[in-house]
Amino acid sequence: MIQLQNLSKTFVTGNGKLVAVDDVNITVDTGEIFGIIGYSGAGKSTLIRLLNGLEKPTSGSVTVNGQQISSSSGQALRSARQKVSMIFQHFNLLWSRTVEDNIAFPLEIAGISKSKRTERVKELIELVGLKGKEKAYPSQLSGGQKQRVGIARALANNPEVLLCDEATSALDPETTDAILELLVDINKRLGLTIVLITHEMHVIRKICHRVAVMEAGKVVEMGSVLDIFQKPQQDITKRFVAQINGPEEANQTIAHLVEQYPSGKLVKLVFVGDRTEQPILSRLIKQYQVEVNIVQGNIAQTQNGAYGTLYLQIEGESLAIEKAIQYLHGQDVQTEVISHA
Amino acid sequence: MLEKLLPNVDWINMWEAALETLYMTALATGFTFIIGLALGITLFLTSPRQLWANKLVNWLTGAFVNIFRSIPFIILIILLIPFTKLLLGSIRGPDAALPALIIGAAPFYARMVLIALREIDKGVIEAARSMGAKTSTIIWKVLLPESLPALLSGLTVTAVALVGYTAMAGIIGAGGLGTLAFQDGFQRSREDVTLVATIIILIIVFIIQWVGDSITSKADKR
Repeated sequence: MIQLQNLSKTFVTGNGKLVAVDDVNITVDTGEIFGIIGYSGAGKSTLIRLLNGLEKPTSGSVTVNGQQISSSSGQALRSARQKVSMIFQHFNLLWSRTVEDNIAFPLEIAGISKSKRTERVKELIELVGLKGKEKAYPSQLSGGQKQRVGIARALANNPEVLLCDEATSALDPETTDAILELLVDINKRLGLTIVLITHEMHVIRKICHRVAVMEAGKVVEMGSVLDIFQKPQQDITKRFVAQINGPEEANQTIAHLVEQYPSGKLVKLVFVGDRTEQPILSRLIKQYQVEVNIVQGNIAQTQNGAYGTLYLQIEGESLAIEKAIQYLHGQDVQTEVISHA
Repeated sequence: MLEKLLPNVDWINMWEAALETLYMTALATGFTFIIGLALGITLFLTSPRQLWANKLVNWLTGAFVNIFRSIPFIILIILLIPFTKLLLGSIRGPDAALPALIIGAAPFYARMVLIALREIDKGVIEAARSMGAKTSTIIWKVLLPESLPALLSGLTVTAVALVGYTAMAGIIGAGGLGTLAFQDGFQRSREDVTLVATIIILIIVFIIQWVGDSITSKADKR
């Protein structure tokens, strides 16, 4: 659906040149939710604006659904933009228009007749769950409701791609989750390709299929969300993954656990995908002469399946413990022995 | 009672003069609104990083606005006498005051339009662009509605200033309450005429301000 080839963007500022996007190559498949994560200043805002031609690349090309956006201009670009819509961190609604008139705005731009606009707006209001708010002005809405208007507005012309520019960064955690669920729902129902940029790993974890990590204009790591969570390669990726797993906190806890459970072995298991749904633990206890204490654990859901970590204390004969650990290794579960008693 | 207190006031004259003042103010405000808006939008869109970014046009428009905004109004009227004569064939009467009133007030209003447009959230313009809007659509459906309260309150200020300008134009014989106060009142030492003309001007200003304020607050949905 989207191909970015050797894409670069350099800004000329008062203090010289600023390379915002540096030789980026990304392919996004149809129907995929693709996340781009990076700290502010990493170039992700510029990157997403290259996708709908709000910025022109210095070199390289952007192709969306077969049309080269980077070389389009005038009417061709304006028509293309109706199929690549965008939602924003600060919603960017027109305060002078009611909810329904805001949603109708892109339809007016596309030259849709009044009666068809009214019909479409009604559908969209239903889709994003804003019934009863049709005549309200943006100033009378909460942040979450405003973003729902933004989403309805972006979907008005039946786009193929939805670009999300930090769409949940101005929302509280609960509203963030509701908006993310709405995005997943739209992705599934309409088969819409979604590209989102964020600095929150939580957003990536919750809805993305694949993720690219950006640092200083470059994509430093890219892959399926599960892989990235399981085996982050770059330091920056590890820091983002730590936003969810909280390693420092965990390290402290582990030291504490080693003190608390001096006998047996302390083992850390990382489950990925289907493994979380299989009764590995109960088999372990049934088949081997060991005692198992669950010390700590968590499971996080991602779009490609679940991802979990579990800390176990295994007690018993040392031979039995060895065998038990070998069994775990054999089960395609990432196993790490943390302490030897 | 009123005749004893204000012996020299001819109420029919006064009424006609008030109508002339209103006529000049209304017409000048209307033209100022259109010309000032066009100038202000040009200034905004041609400024750096805007849709029509163009240094030359921006500089020329800016220079025009600054020059005419800086000339004291009373001097502007005199400077424009040949132009007015050419345009209307006369330099007396309310119509003859209009060119000077409009040329004096439009640049003033253009600055306020520019300030109003700069206050618009850039994200909203970006959103409209991301939807594939043409520049003309952005002007009519984003820039003007989103800055409407500021455009209206600026117009109120301009209209009040124009009432003052009509009075100044009265000194060179444009008609209206200014002429009445100056020629009938001041030059013939009839203080009561000057006083009544002043009070009527004040009433006109208060009404403009009140109407302007209430329309402005009604247009503001923020």
